[in-house]
Amino acid sequence: MSENLLEVSGLEKHFPITKGLFRRQVGAVRAVDGIDLQVRSGETLGLVGESGCGKSTTGRLFTRILEPTAGKIVFDGKDISHKSFSQMRPLRRDVQMIFQDPYSSLNPRHTVGSIIAAPLQIQSIPTPQGLKKAVQELLELVGLNPEHYNRYPHEFSGGQRQRIGIARALALRPKMIVADEPVSALDVSIQAQVVNLLDDLQREFDLTYVFIAHDLSVVRHISDRVAVMYLGKVVEIAERDELYKNPRHPYTVALMSAVPVPDPARRDRAQRERVLLTGDVPSPINPPSGCRFRTRCWKAQDICATEEPPLVTRLEDPESHQTACHFPIVEDEQVVGRRPASTPA
Amino acid sequence: MSLGPETSLHDESTPTADAAQERDTSEKAIAGRSLKQIAWRRLKKDRVAVGGGIVILVLIAIAILAPLLIKLLGHPFDEYHNDKIDPTLSLPLGKLGGISKDFLLGVEPVNGRDIFSRIVYGAQTTLTVAFLSAFLSTILGVLFGMSAGFLGGWVDSVISRIMDFLLAFPQLLFSIALVSVLPQSMLGFNTRWSRTIVLIVVIGFFGWPYIGRIVRGQTLSLREREFVEASRSLGARSPRILFREMLPNLAAPILVYTTLIIPTNILTEAALSFLGVGIPPPYPSWGGMLSDALQFYRYDPMFMIIPGAMIFITVLAFNLFGDGLRDALDPKAR
Repeated sequence: MSENLLEVSGLEKHFPITKGLFRRQVGAVRAVDGIDLQVRSGETLGLVGESGCGKSTTGRLFTRILEPTAGKIVFDGKDISHKSFSQMRPLRRDVQMIFQDPYSSLNPRHTVGSIIAAPLQIQSIPTPQGLKKAVQELLELVGLNPEHYNRYPHEFSGGQRQRIGIARALALRPKMIVADEPVSALDVSIQAQVVNLLDDLQREFDLTYVFIAHDLSVVRHISDRVAVMYLGKVVEIAERDELYKNPRHPYTVALMSAVPVPDPARRDRAQRERVLLTGDVPSPINPPSGCRFRTRCWKAQDICATEEPPLVTRLEDPESHQTACHFPIVEDEQVVGRRPASTPA
Repeated sequence: MSLGPETSLHDESTPTADAAQERDTSEKAIAGRSLKQIAWRRLKKDRVAVGGGIVILVLIAIAILAPLLIKLLGHPFDEYHNDKIDPTLSLPLGKLGGISKDFLLGVEPVNGRDIFSRIVYGAQTTLTVAFLSAFLSTILGVLFGMSAGFLGGWVDSVISRIMDFLLAFPQLLFSIALVSVLPQSMLGFNTRWSRTIVLIVVIGFFGWPYIGRIVRGQTLSLREREFVEASRSLGARSPRILFREMLPNLAAPILVYTTLIIPTNILTEAALSFLGVGIPPPYPSWGGMLSDALQFYRYDPMFMIIPGAMIFITVLAFNLFGDGLRDALDPKAR
């Protein structure tokens, strides 16, 4: 096992809810509520979960755009959890971010050249070959025409814009890139190209990725390990193939069963039966006691409401597979609530 | 979805496909069209806006060239011409308020001053007050609006309450009180220019909340855009984010609203002059001329029509140009 580039423990981020003239705090949105994770050097960690589960907040905590409410973030051996903005500045070279929306992540009033040159200027990185040349090299690297450096973002398609965002993230030659749903705003055909570009760049520059997504097939394609989040917590984490083959947490099982299968011939297969979850995600302002998934879980029992399940490795699983559940799914289990996909909903 | 290895790195080749032929033409052909250039093209197609713009340019030229124009085509603005006045009725001799080759727009009743030169000098006063007070409003509005939107918290609360207060304030009454209290000349300027400065400061000060509110709203929405976050994650400090990332995106609304408060300022200046607290006599201003014309409108309507028409044309031109500018800069706002 390679060494850990990023280690977080007990990570929490609560957004205060204020009320009235004096901004009295009346509550908090517990967006991230106790996460322990390690990101190994050179790997791609996929972070999946449905909307509002705290994936993006987690990504912004990793890059320290947000300051954690509690917990520790150790990057490359340095504790960065409460570093001030100016103390963070030199470290920003090593952690970069790719954003979800390629339409709002590029300033419409700047040329592509000045967008990609910005990191070099802000961090005052010397460019022996000249700034323009450096920018053109980056454009070429992400598969864009280097002569387009003085065009504006609105002249590019979504996929091309995302390539510009990738070039900007690469400009500082970071060790780690946090990609916050980098392909979910793109057409499916373009998604593949961008994901493969990220893959190639990882090999070329020895990058470590934290890949945030809600699309399980994209995550499966690019990740080495996958962590599943639910309501501000990691409920299951494992090597990719292990997770997709033997999901233990009921929530993971439900997520997996929701992935559409493009091949109609395979739709009848028993393993393609769907688990339909009832109800909505509970509010992160007032999360359920004990296990957070219990309100929607078909296996929930009394203990789930009183005791929070720890994230542990089960006996029959490999060491890297951890699950936070009192009653994890065992192999070939008949899941109550599972029903054939052919039954109309 | 299939994410097979067959999809390669350089597949999405829309830019490179046409690149070969673009390279052939010249490197300049590949230069991007900025939003500014696109807006300019759009503005040029808008005939109404172009018309308004031309009228504005002509008015500015008249104001700047006032002394020259008067030397060529008129008489000094405070020169009496009693020979042009009917001594019994005190009205101008001749038709249409005494319009003749010598007096292009006629003469004033009673003292026979040249209306043409008074209109030309009035344009100078009006445009100076309107432009400079709009400029002052813009600077204050952008400064306070951006601070309120960007810093948020109590700064935002305080600035927003001040803006509400100023918008609810009886501006005209306050201006009348203030202008009548202040001395006729100060800071070494003569009466005309010291009054002009007072007007600029008063109108400019009461105008900034209009721009301030718009800038605050825009700043609030820009602050949440991902490119601001991206800039932060690169380690950019606040001044860079404010001036390099946000200000260029605010330029369009600022420009439009500055153009649109100019006509309001022209009307306010005319109103103040009409009420007698504007530019003091004998210096001319359009509002003051309207006020003078009030006694004579039954017998010499041209004396009222001419300054009235000038105010109307100027305000209309600025409004049409401002609307065209807004459509050109932000076609979605239509």
